[in-house]
Amino acid sequence: MIRLTDIERKFRVGDETVHALRGVSLDIAAGEYLSIMGPSGSGKSSLLNVLGLLDRPNAGRYELDGRDVTGLTDDELAQVRREKIGFVFQFFHLVPRLTAEQNIELPMMLAGIDPLERRRRLDRLLTEYGLESRARHRPDQLSGGQCQRVAIARAMSMEPGVILADEPTGNLDRHTGQEVMALLEALHAGGGTLVVVTHDAELGNRARRRIRIVDGAIVADARD
Amino acid sequence: MRYTDLLDFAWSVLRGSRSRTALILLAMGIGVAAVVIVSSLGEGARRYVLDQFGSLGTNLLIVLPGRSETSGGAPGFIVGKTPRAITIDDALALGRSRAVRKIAPLIVGTGDVRWNAKIREVPVLGSTAEMLEVRHMELSQGIFLPPGDPHHSQPVCVIGAKVRRELFGAQAALGEWLRIGDRRFRVVGILASQGQSLGFDTDEVVIVPVASAQALFNTEALFRVLVEAKSREQVQHAKDDVLEILKARHEGERDVTVITQDAVLATFDRILRALTLAVGGIAAISLGVAGILIMNVMLISVTQRRAEIGLLKAVGATSAQVKAIFFTEAAILALGGGAVGLAVGKAGQLFIGQLYPTIPFSPPWWAVVAAPLTAVVTAVLFSVAPARRAAALDPVMALSRR
Repeated sequence: MIRLTDIERKFRVGDETVHALRGVSLDIAAGEYLSIMGPSGSGKSSLLNVLGLLDRPNAGRYELDGRDVTGLTDDELAQVRREKIGFVFQFFHLVPRLTAEQNIELPMMLAGIDPLERRRRLDRLLTEYGLESRARHRPDQLSGGQCQRVAIARAMSMEPGVILADEPTGNLDRHTGQEVMALLEALHAGGGTLVVVTHDAELGNRARRRIRIVDGAIVADARD
Repeated sequence: MRYTDLLDFAWSVLRGSRSRTALILLAMGIGVAAVVIVSSLGEGARRYVLDQFGSLGTNLLIVLPGRSETSGGAPGFIVGKTPRAITIDDALALGRSRAVRKIAPLIVGTGDVRWNAKIREVPVLGSTAEMLEVRHMELSQGIFLPPGDPHHSQPVCVIGAKVRRELFGAQAALGEWLRIGDRRFRVVGILASQGQSLGFDTDEVVIVPVASAQALFNTEALFRVLVEAKSREQVQHAKDDVLEILKARHEGERDVTVITQDAVLATFDRILRALTLAVGGIAAISLGVAGILIMNVMLISVTQRRAEIGLLKAVGATSAQVKAIFFTEAAILALGGGAVGLAVGKAGQLFIGQLYPTIPFSPPWWAVVAAPLTAVVTAVLFSVAPARRAAALDPVMALSRR
C-alpha cells in the first residue's frame, strides 16, 4: 500500500544542513499496525510528515496505493490527503470556534460532499465515538479525551485507508490515553492501516510491527 | 467546497471575533456613508441650481444689447456701454421668425412703490402680457397685464406676493391704486409665490406695462428681450433668426448677444457635476483607508490562525480553497460595511435634508452603485496579500507549534 524508496529529507538550519531522513525505505501493507519510535530529533516526525504528504522528500520515491505521489503538485497532494489519509495529532488541532460536529465535518466540507450525506456520516461518527451529547460543544468545553475522540472522528470522516497518529496520547492522562489507543486499534481491527509515531516504548510495543529510527535512518524493524 | 459551506465557514470566523468584525464594518460603513452623503450634497446643489434655471423655461432665449463673446457670464451688468439700444419695435420684429413662439420685452428698474403711507423700494419690471407664459409665472389672484399694443400702456400693475403682504397686510390688494414714482397704477393681479428666478425674487417685484416702464425710467432701450422658441429643437434656429433680424434692423451690425438657456444650464451642469465627482472622489479615499484596514486585520488573522490554516491544509484544503475562505471573509465584511454605509448615508442625507428643505438632496445613482462596489473591490484587492500568505503556509510548520 505504501512504498518508500530511498527517501532523503534535508533541512537547512542557518549554515548547517540537517539530515532528517537518510535513505529511508519502507513498505507498509494495507491493514498493518505499525509504530515508529525513536528519541526526539531522530526524524520520526519528518517521516510522518512525508508519509502524510505534508512534506516532500528531497530525493527518493513514494508510492501510495500503487501511484507515484512524489511529483504531485500541492493541490493534487491536498486531494490525496483528503481522500486517503487521516491525521490524529498530539495537540488535537481542533478549530476552537467550531463545535465538535463542525470540526468533524471539516474534511467532508472541503471535499464538497452533499450535506445530506455529511449529516448521515456525522450521526454515525458521533454515535461511534460517544459524542452525541457533545456535538454542539466547542473544544474549550470538551475534555482532552473528548477532543481527541473528535479528532479521530474527523480523521475517519472521509473513510481513509491510512490513519497517521502523531503522539496521540502525548497530551492525555494515562487512562484517557488507553481509551484513545483502544479506539485507534479498533480502526485497525476494522481493516484500516494504522501508523503511530511515539517516543513512548509502552505505546509503541502495542503495535504488531515496530520501527525504530535513529538519526534519520531505520535501525530496527521488528514484527510479532 | 460548496459556496454555502464557504459562506458558513466565513460567517463562523466573523461571528467568532465580533469586535474585530464590528470595527471593520464601522470603517467600511463610514467610507461608504461619506461617499453617499458628500455626493448627495453635490448632487443636491446641482439640482437646486438646475431647477432654478429650469424654472425659466428651457426654450427660453435671452436677447441683450451689446456684443459679448462669452456666453453665460453675467452679461449686461458688466458690459457697460451698449452700442445701440434694442427697442420695442426690434422686439416685435423678432416675432416674424417661424421658430419663435412668443416674445416678451423687458425693462428693469427700481422704483418707490407707495400705497397710503407705506413706501417700499422694489424692482419694477416693464413687460407685456406674453411675459406670464414666457417666464412660466403663476398668478394667485386676478389677471396679468392685459394684451395689446406694447407702445400704449394702461395704468395697471401686477405685484409679487411679498409686496402685497408688506404694503397691504391683511387688506384686499386687487383694485387698489398704487403710486410708482409719479404715476398711478391699479393692482390687477398678484403673483403666486415662486421664489428666485432669473436673478429676481418674483415675490418682491412689481410688473407694469412696458410703455409705462419706459416712461417711468425715461428710456427707450429694453433691458432684455425674452424669446420663447417653439420647441427645444428650434432654439438654435430661433437664435440664428434673432441675430439675423436684429442685424438687418441695426444696419448690418451684429450688436446683440443671445443667451440660450441650454448653454447656461450645460455649463452649470458640467461645473457642479465635476464638483460632485471631485468631492465624492475625496470621500472615496476613506474607502481606500478602510481597504488597508481590512488588509491589516486579515494579515493579523492569518498569523493568529496559523494552526487552523495548517490543519485545513492537512485535511485536504487546496491553496485555492484557503484563498477562497479569506476572500469570502473580506467580501462579506465589505458587503456588510457597504450596507451599513448606505443606511447611514441615507439617514445622514435625510437629516441634512431636514435642515435645508429647499435643496433637493439625494445621492446620484452612480454614488449608490460605486461606493459599495468600491468597498467590495478594495476589500477583495487588499485581501489578496493576506490570502496568498495563508495559502502559501507550510502545513508542517503551521502544525508544529501549538
